[in-house]
Amino acid sequence: MLSKRVIPCLDVHNGRTVKGINFVDLIDAGDPVEQAKLYNDLGADEICFLDISATNERRKTLFNIVSKVAESCFIPLTVGGGIKNNADINNLLKSGADKVSINSAAVFKPSLIKEASDSFGCQCIVLAIDAYKDQSNCKSGYNVSTHGGKKKTDIDALEWAIEGEKNGAGEILLTSMNADGTKLGYDIELTSKISTEVSIPVIASGGAGKPIDMVNVLNKGNASAVLAASIFHFGIYSIENVKKEMLKYSIPVRNTW
Amino acid sequence: MLVLIIDYGSGNIKSVYNSVKRTLHNFNKFSEVKVSNNLLEIEKADKIILPGVGSFDQCMNRIRKIKDLVETLKNQVITKKKPFLGICVGMQILANYGYENQKTKGLSWINGEVKSLKDSLDNSQHLKIPHMGWNSLSINKNNNLFNNITTNDQFYFVHSYFFDIKHKKNIICNTQYGINIPAIVNQDNIFGFQFHPEKSGRSGLKILYNWLKLS
Repeated sequence: MLSKRVIPCLDVHNGRTVKGINFVDLIDAGDPVEQAKLYNDLGADEICFLDISATNERRKTLFNIVSKVAESCFIPLTVGGGIKNNADINNLLKSGADKVSINSAAVFKPSLIKEASDSFGCQCIVLAIDAYKDQSNCKSGYNVSTHGGKKKTDIDALEWAIEGEKNGAGEILLTSMNADGTKLGYDIELTSKISTEVSIPVIASGGAGKPIDMVNVLNKGNASAVLAASIFHFGIYSIENVKKEMLKYSIPVRNTW
Repeated sequence: MLVLIIDYGSGNIKSVYNSVKRTLHNFNKFSEVKVSNNLLEIEKADKIILPGVGSFDQCMNRIRKIKDLVETLKNQVITKKKPFLGICVGMQILANYGYENQKTKGLSWINGEVKSLKDSLDNSQHLKIPHMGWNSLSINKNNNLFNNITTNDQFYFVHSYFFDIKHKKNIICNTQYGINIPAIVNQDNIFGFQFHPEKSGRSGLKILYNWLKLS
């Protein structure tokens, strides 16, 4: 049976990890390569890098990071942040990324997902959607935002997801901007709404505080995978804690301990 | 031993290279892995790996674009019986035909056709496509490929099409996703993995090691 995936996300800024893992055995807590290796050893099913660098120049350090991680971590690597065109995607895939996640750029240039999928295959194109609740939206109740949630659009999140699938996205990384950072649990309503309407896998993101939150969004939200950053980084819960909780609820996991 | 990974513009070649390189640490120091599409290099190789990412038709087109590559491969793998491993689409194109985007002729090394998962799955189960993530293998044959590997080991799959094998004897094991999907296929010296061993953690390295150890 296909396992539900647990994916730690690393925010990278100018080549350094923003939120370090508080593990004593880590030589350099700000080194994304060291952290990725650790997550790999701890049973991550995939690793996600989100580059939040301000300039393209500094973003280039990301290629180096991805390339180093790919030499020692034999699990899928997803890289997102600032991807604008096929050349960016090509560079990342050549460095060793398996998938790229495209967010704001797809909103400004909707043909990007199709172009990317046609050139590199849908398996490596992840459509990242930062959704926020909008009272005036009577369709799904959620709109799409860009620039890490700073700019709101009037694009309906559900319609955007359906269009993304049509254009050849292989997966959706769905972040609830309302739940993000709250540690109060994932937005199950949002995840379920999107996931039941598209046939590609949906990764739930934003709001993870406890392992049971993962269980809930997988069971009730119909997510294929869960992504989290801070609960792993700060060592509050390990990937093993999460997977053991999932097993309690008979959710299939990849046993790595 | 020289392991050669065929470079025909498929995306994940670097990961395949990294994982084979890591696995070869367990072999003697004269073992090496190269990435190339040079026909002379292919002739010198002891083992050949054909990776694959993207669509069936695209991969076949890229392979056919490299002059005499198909002929050289045929000579080395079919006539000279060199150990060969196709990965993901690199396995699928061993079929007679593929139906991704358009009907495309494959290498016809293993009988069968590559069909859409969507059309073959029971829709009431609402299974997501692509079949993406970690899945186990239904190991029921004694095979040296499975040394140190159990049904607890999981492997990373990502595909929307599957190899509908004509003769059961060519299926070494399946994976279960709504239907039985051939995960490892074999004909003589030819092997194919539907999953990505280079992305399957320790389990993937174990099975690569086992394949490199065969013959």
